[in-house]
Amino acid sequence: MLDIQNIFKTFNAGTVNEKTALNGVSLHLNEGESVAVIGGNGAGKSTLMNSVAGTWFVDSGRIVLDGMDITHLPEHKRAKYIGRVFQDPMMGTAATMQIEENLALALRRGQGRTLRSGITRGEREMFRELLSTLDLGLEDRLTAKVGLLSGGQRQALTLLMASLVKPKLLLLDEHTAALDPKTAAKVMAVTRTIVNRDALTTLMITHNMRDAIEYGDRLIMMYEGRIALDIAGEEKQKLTVEDLLAKFGQATGSDEADDKLLLS
Amino acid sequence: MQFISSLLKMLPDAAAQGLIWGIMALGVYITYKVLDYSDLTVDGSIVTGGAVFALLVLNGVPIAVAMVASFIAGSIAGLLTALLHTRLGIPPILSGILTQLGLYSINLRIMGKSLLAVSVDKFPLLVSTRNQGASCLVALLFVVAVIGLMYWFFGTELGCSIRATGANANMSRAQGINTNNTKLLGLVLGNGLVGLSGALYTQYLGSVTVNMGRGAIVIGLAAVIIGEVLFGKLFSNFALKLASVVIGAILYYVVIALVIQLGLNTDDLKLFSAVFVAIFLAVPHLKEKLHLHKKTKGGVSRA
Repeated sequence: MLDIQNIFKTFNAGTVNEKTALNGVSLHLNEGESVAVIGGNGAGKSTLMNSVAGTWFVDSGRIVLDGMDITHLPEHKRAKYIGRVFQDPMMGTAATMQIEENLALALRRGQGRTLRSGITRGEREMFRELLSTLDLGLEDRLTAKVGLLSGGQRQALTLLMASLVKPKLLLLDEHTAALDPKTAAKVMAVTRTIVNRDALTTLMITHNMRDAIEYGDRLIMMYEGRIALDIAGEEKQKLTVEDLLAKFGQATGSDEADDKLLLS
Repeated sequence: MQFISSLLKMLPDAAAQGLIWGIMALGVYITYKVLDYSDLTVDGSIVTGGAVFALLVLNGVPIAVAMVASFIAGSIAGLLTALLHTRLGIPPILSGILTQLGLYSINLRIMGKSLLAVSVDKFPLLVSTRNQGASCLVALLFVVAVIGLMYWFFGTELGCSIRATGANANMSRAQGINTNNTKLLGLVLGNGLVGLSGALYTQYLGSVTVNMGRGAIVIGLAAVIIGEVLFGKLFSNFALKLASVVIGAILYYVVIALVIQLGLNTDDLKLFSAVFVAIFLAVPHLKEKLHLHKKTKGGVSRA
């Protein structure tokens, strides 16, 4: 489904702040596969995610999604195929607009926007039903401004928006990192529900090793702009945090894994 | 007593000017509030609208056609600003300033001189200082029509995408909205309304001068902010919010009439306007500060 071929990305090239964020990353995701990505600060996780989303273009390499070369496709055009949830709950929704307006915007992802009504009665009913499956009490607050919602509610809403038009790829960029543990668990539960319901191909960055181990079919660890570990199948299912740290040390020849990963 | 009666005499004029500038303020509302874009094009585009209108009418073009042309002229000014920003990466405020500056020359070119008179004796103008009561009515009809159209448009898919761009450009792109295009469309529509308002104002005064637009953005912002400060809590409906912008414009002109009546030198009007708008702009900020201050004093943390 997603085929990342040897991508490079350097920020501030030619200055003292030069930083090679992606140093030849190749990654292939099969349809319906869900992959957790971990790694310390500056390992290149978010750069990878934003490169796929089209926030910026990569310096070299190719990104192919479902047979289409999207390497040079601008962000808003890629959005037709890619659903996203961000780390900052403020980023994925429009605070000054109503819940139903946000959903209606998401429902038109990938379509031309015309002079037809921005939201219809039938859509409202659909939104109400979908929101009730989240079990957050939002189904009765369709016309409330999103700015009134809590961080967890906003992330759950963003998840719903990202999956409203079934994406070929769902990108979750540390989407529970800004939430308290209880809310984070709830949002992870909503994530599982939605990903399983639609059998979505998913790339999820997480700072939480336990989430990474428990979630998904495959685990990737990034280090210094490369993929240092790629664990799938049975090996992934038996994985413990201790295993992971040991493997990381072997793969990178570094013992800084403990601090870097556990603290970040 | 005499003070009050002369003030009352000034009210129809203040209302007519307020309504006409209210249309301009609705244009500013689109860029400043809906799109969150501080667009300074308006000081130029309001004159462009008036200049195009006057030139066409003086050349025998019907009033209605000339007014449509003034809308289009304003739109083109907005388009230039939008292109400077979206295609050439010039920051919003600077893009507007550049267009505004360039428009000064263009406006002079359109007019051929610094003043064009369009006399109500020779042309069937819609509004005029000669007949302030009727002018109020006509201007009110325009205001109602513009608010109606805006209410409809910002409820459409396209209008919603412009609102979303102003609310959260990042989210908009993630939802497949080309934010460059929506910004462009917002600036085009906003300045179109400013141009239309310029055509009405030209008719009302019976002339257009190249300096007519100086400080126009401040009046537009004043209207938007007065409306918001006074009615923000009261109105949540979009049409009422737009109406409060026009009421803000009228109140602005009433206040101006009042201070002139109180003896303010008209030379000092711009200074007065600037201070007046600065105060209203500061109100929401100061309120919030006061609020926070109270909260921290009360020991409530903002976790």
